[in-house]
Amino acid sequence: MCGTDKKLGEMRALILVGGYGTRLRPLTLSRPKPLVEFANKPILLHQIEALVEAGVTQVILAVSYRAEEMEKELTEQVSKLGVSLTFSHETEPLGTAGPLALARDILNASTEPFFVLNSDVICDFPFKELARYHSSHGKEGTIVVTKVEEPSKYGVVVYNENGQIQNFVEKPQEFISNKINAGMYILNPSVLKRIELRPTSIEKEVFPFMAKDGELHAMELQGFWMDVGQPKDFLTGMCMYLNSLRQKNSALLHDGNEVVGNVLIDSSAKIGKGCRIGPNVTIGPDVTIEDGACIKRSTILRGACVRQHAWLEGCIVGWRSVVGRWVRMENCTVLGEDVIVKDELYINGGQVLPHKSIAASVPEPQIIM
Amino acid sequence: MLKAVILIGGPQKDTPKPLFPIAGLPLIQHHIKACVKLVECKEILIIGSYTINHMAQFVSDMQKEYQIIIRYLQEFTPLGTAGCLYHFRDQIRAGNTSSFFLLNGDVCADFPLQELWIFHEKRGPNALITIMGTEATRQQSVHYGCMAIEPTSKAVTHYVEKPNSYVSTLISCGVYVCSVHVFNIMAKVFEEKDNCYYSTNGVSSPQPGYMSWEQDILAPLAGTTKLYAMQVTNWWSQVKTPGSAIYANRHYLELYRKRDAQNAPTANCKIIPDVYIHPTAEIDSSAVIGPNVSIGAGVKIMAGVRIKESIILSNARIHDHALIMHSIVGQDATVGEWSRVEGTPSDPDPNKPFAKMDNTPLFNVDGRLNPSITILGSLCNVVSLIDELRNEGFRRRTRVTNTAHGSIKKVEVGNGRATSLVDLRKKGSRRAIMNWTLQHGATSL
Repeated sequence: MCGTDKKLGEMRALILVGGYGTRLRPLTLSRPKPLVEFANKPILLHQIEALVEAGVTQVILAVSYRAEEMEKELTEQVSKLGVSLTFSHETEPLGTAGPLALARDILNASTEPFFVLNSDVICDFPFKELARYHSSHGKEGTIVVTKVEEPSKYGVVVYNENGQIQNFVEKPQEFISNKINAGMYILNPSVLKRIELRPTSIEKEVFPFMAKDGELHAMELQGFWMDVGQPKDFLTGMCMYLNSLRQKNSALLHDGNEVVGNVLIDSSAKIGKGCRIGPNVTIGPDVTIEDGACIKRSTILRGACVRQHAWLEGCIVGWRSVVGRWVRMENCTVLGEDVIVKDELYINGGQVLPHKSIAASVPEPQIIM
Repeated sequence: MLKAVILIGGPQKDTPKPLFPIAGLPLIQHHIKACVKLVECKEILIIGSYTINHMAQFVSDMQKEYQIIIRYLQEFTPLGTAGCLYHFRDQIRAGNTSSFFLLNGDVCADFPLQELWIFHEKRGPNALITIMGTEATRQQSVHYGCMAIEPTSKAVTHYVEKPNSYVSTLISCGVYVCSVHVFNIMAKVFEEKDNCYYSTNGVSSPQPGYMSWEQDILAPLAGTTKLYAMQVTNWWSQVKTPGSAIYANRHYLELYRKRDAQNAPTANCKIIPDVYIHPTAEIDSSAVIGPNVSIGAGVKIMAGVRIKESIILSNARIHDHALIMHSIVGQDATVGEWSRVEGTPSDPDPNKPFAKMDNTPLFNVDGRLNPSITILGSLCNVVSLIDELRNEGFRRRTRVTNTAHGSIKKVEVGNGRATSLVDLRKKGSRRAIMNWTLQHGATSL
């Protein structure tokens, strides 16, 4: 048992940061996606913290976009955690497997297995259990799988009672499994032999062959899971995350007269009189919520201001944006950085680009440039 | 001696339209205000088919307020606009009346009655009727009575009611001065129609005694030098749709502020003029009201409420942080906290000179509702989400769950009195507009 723990202490992880984060526009026009705050913490930091918690000492970030900004900011944030960050730069997008080949030298430096994860995933990260299960079956790789309600929209994973994966089925019409790839893996360095340095997909060009060879296992994820790569799922994921905090009895959640349900409020935020905040709201640092505002199921990012009597449901309010008095915003409205919404307007599902001033209502969902 | 006759028609629903408050006064009180300005005007007769108990209180209030004889004459059979005048001819002539003003109840205007009367007098003893006329756009003119005039004498040479094709941009405002001798003409028309009715076994005319003012009197008088028109540029509008009530509200408020130096209401909240607030309304100091808002008796407005371009009828309650714009909120209606009640403004096109309100029908050719102001019927309850459970036991006959501009979460309609609601849900959108017209009967939901 002691030996297993020692092994964990030497572990490495590769995070597929990758692309431009177009699905989370307009937020990603101002900040790289991994740095967008999910529940008041950059998405990537949720993952790095969980990896550190599981004993990972070296994290390799496979990046292709805005790397300088991210390197600077992340290195600062991560220095306290006692983990070394290595940036592996792609000059062209290499898909989900190519970055592993690019980082081959680092990953081959040890014979210990390493974690691989997609950067958009939010859940109760099960890295310790994953490492334990992986070493118990002794095969080349383990995929974390999660249960979904509508498997026909995804590629599903079919495996036997021992967890050994038999095959993958894309968008099954007839029910065959309700488990999908959760975007988290642990792989032995030997897997690198299966990957060429070119744009290639780990899901389509690596895993099916490993499964054929009987070298791939599945581990079922307990608790919530969400790919928060787009605004609608970002908010759904936030609700799940706050609920999970509640179950862990976290002192992070806010209590008070103006609060309903699970609400996360940064200590530097100001909340006015007669507000109703929640359920499922995250309010970032230096945010001002003026008197009589009502906010449900929304994320308000750093420095934003929600003015008097405004009503928000299902919104992401970008950094330093201002929502006017008596404004009503709903239906997955996303304000980019530094947007101004004038008083008394109605915004239904608007995606508003940064630095824009809105002076007329948006009654139907649309992108406002 | 002069008199005034106001024709208010009959009930299409329980709340009499002539008593609908605009700028704090019942619609036809604005007519009465204009009539009492003329000292020669000694009596005002209101003719309509509403039952007397609908009108009695109003008539007695008006008598007290203006110290003038005001009577309500109820017609029991639909005789048409001229038929009812002729029916009550003795009442109109009594007291040696020389002339009388005739005003349609469903218009609103800066009525230039003095000018109209002077103009009429100048036409000489031959003149029977002078019509107040105004300019309309070419397209809109065909929805009104159109007339052509001889430029120097101002005699009407041609009159046609709602023509199928363009005739003239000069339209009738539904406001007239008539000499009592007009009853001689009406007597002839009455006799002709009477003969015709009985000789054709009753198929030629809806009722014995039925006469249309426009078709049976005005049109035949055109070209006889007995009918004249005075063209004015004063503000004027019909009040046919709820949207025109908001438009009329704005103009009456402006008119009384400018002309009568009517004082701004004294309220301790923030007011953006023009606003009318009934003295018995209670408004929280943190509310922001205006422009173009009228608030009726006994209305309660809570903290942080914002109201603009709207009419709030008596005893309505507007809860904290609600926003109301381009809407009419009915009597005893309740709007829950953080509700947004928003209508689509339907003012005349400001870029077209002489454009009038488009009195669009409730439904368009596709059978969908035309966008309009939002109306909450009386006793209607817009429940905020928090109150949803608390109100489950609410006594109701009709219940609608929908969103109006994504904002009305649930509408509960009371016992159905004076209430009709139509639900508009635009295809594939969350936007719906509660609509209700003054003319249409209750729509079952």
